Amino acid sequence: MGAPTSPNYQVDEAREELLIRCVQDGEHEAFYELIRPYQRRVYAAAFAITRNNADAEDIAQETMLKAFKKLRQFRAESRFSTWLIQIAVNEARMRNRRARARMVEPMVEEQDAEGNYVPRDFADWREIPSETLERKEVREKLAEALASLGDIYRDVFVLRDMQHMSIEETAKALGISTASVKTRLLRARLMLRDLLAPGLGGTWSTRLHLAKGTKPW
Amino acid sequence: MVVNCEQVWQEISNYLDGDVNPNLRAAMDTHFQECKRCKAVLEGTRNVIDLYGDERMIDVPLGFEHRLERRLEETIHPSRRGFLGWMVAATAAVLAASIFEVAKSSVLNRGEPRSEHAQSGAGVPPNMMVVVSEEGKLFHASGCPFIHDKAHLRTVVAGEAIKEGYTPCVRCMKKYLQADLEQAVDDLAGPKAEHRST
Repeated sequence: MGAPTSPNYQVDEAREELLIRCVQDGEHEAFYELIRPYQRRVYAAAFAITRNNADAEDIAQETMLKAFKKLRQFRAESRFSTWLIQIAVNEARMRNRRARARMVEPMVEEQDAEGNYVPRDFADWREIPSETLERKEVREKLAEALASLGDIYRDVFVLRDMQHMSIEETAKALGISTASVKTRLLRARLMLRDLLAPGLGGTWSTRLHLAKGTKPW
Repeated sequence: MVVNCEQVWQEISNYLDGDVNPNLRAAMDTHFQECKRCKAVLEGTRNVIDLYGDERMIDVPLGFEHRLERRLEETIHPSRRGFLGWMVAATAAVLAASIFEVAKSSVLNRGEPRSEHAQSGAGVPPNMMVVVSEEGKLFHASGCPFIHDKAHLRTVVAGEAIKEGYTPCVRCMKKYLQADLEQAVDDLAGPKAEHRST
């Protein structure tokens, strides 16, 4: 199954291949052009996992440096963007693990929730125009809802729905089965819908605070 | 094939990804037409996917791209930085050497300095009365606490003292020495500024 097409992420693949070959052949200037469409996405992937601006920026820089150094090893079996995001995700997850290892509390690996997820809210959504995202408070609210998810759900959702990776690519990047990706993705999407549905119905302007377990709208 | 609400919820993500078989899809389509709650869940989930998938969801810190490019530049073209650093160092060296040459040229009409650590006395007014001692190497303003051999002092004008190889005391003549250095820098900057304007 392929990733959904999105006008935001359409790139000229032939041109990208050419740029990759140029860099591999020593024309290093082409690397800037090659990564330009993905700079923000790499940052976003790192931020979604670390939830820290400074870490995300550092990871984005490290990712691009690693990509430059390892570009000779890149094989066109996967998309360049997927390869890039995978480097960023690995770096971000490694950083999270190191940070947790420094904590006094013992680290507990998050487990998949048992049982099927049942939607809690059946508010009737109207179609939300994408212009809604021009509002900063809406973007913040979405980011807040995403941050409230457990790691295992957020990681899958970020790669699949924000980075537009396929189920298989997401599974490979996270080292889990495609079945796990689908299960976690379903739960992540439904949880986010439950958190956001009534707010996106138009009540955000009056109640913006999102407390754990409660809805601000 | 008929599906109930719970079955629909468990397949709704696959349905939106186009990852259900045709029979199940048809059954779910029928269910959505009849069930407002499941239709609401479907539309809401679709909205979630559309909104989070939009690039406008990505807020990067101000200056992010610039800092990234600069970091890459350091790795991809370290020689550029190295060359730039070399140019800066070379320019500084040339400037320092030039200052030294200008300072040296301004004392050409003097006697050999009595000390190898001597400072140029070019900034000292030549008619200014100063004191020197026979065994000393410096000339001083009268009353300077650093005068040695006070028993054998004589008073001369600064120009004469310089001709005899005396050099200014760096304490009591400090203000003239600073003026000396500034003049040397100005002498260097002058031709450079003219060059830029042409």
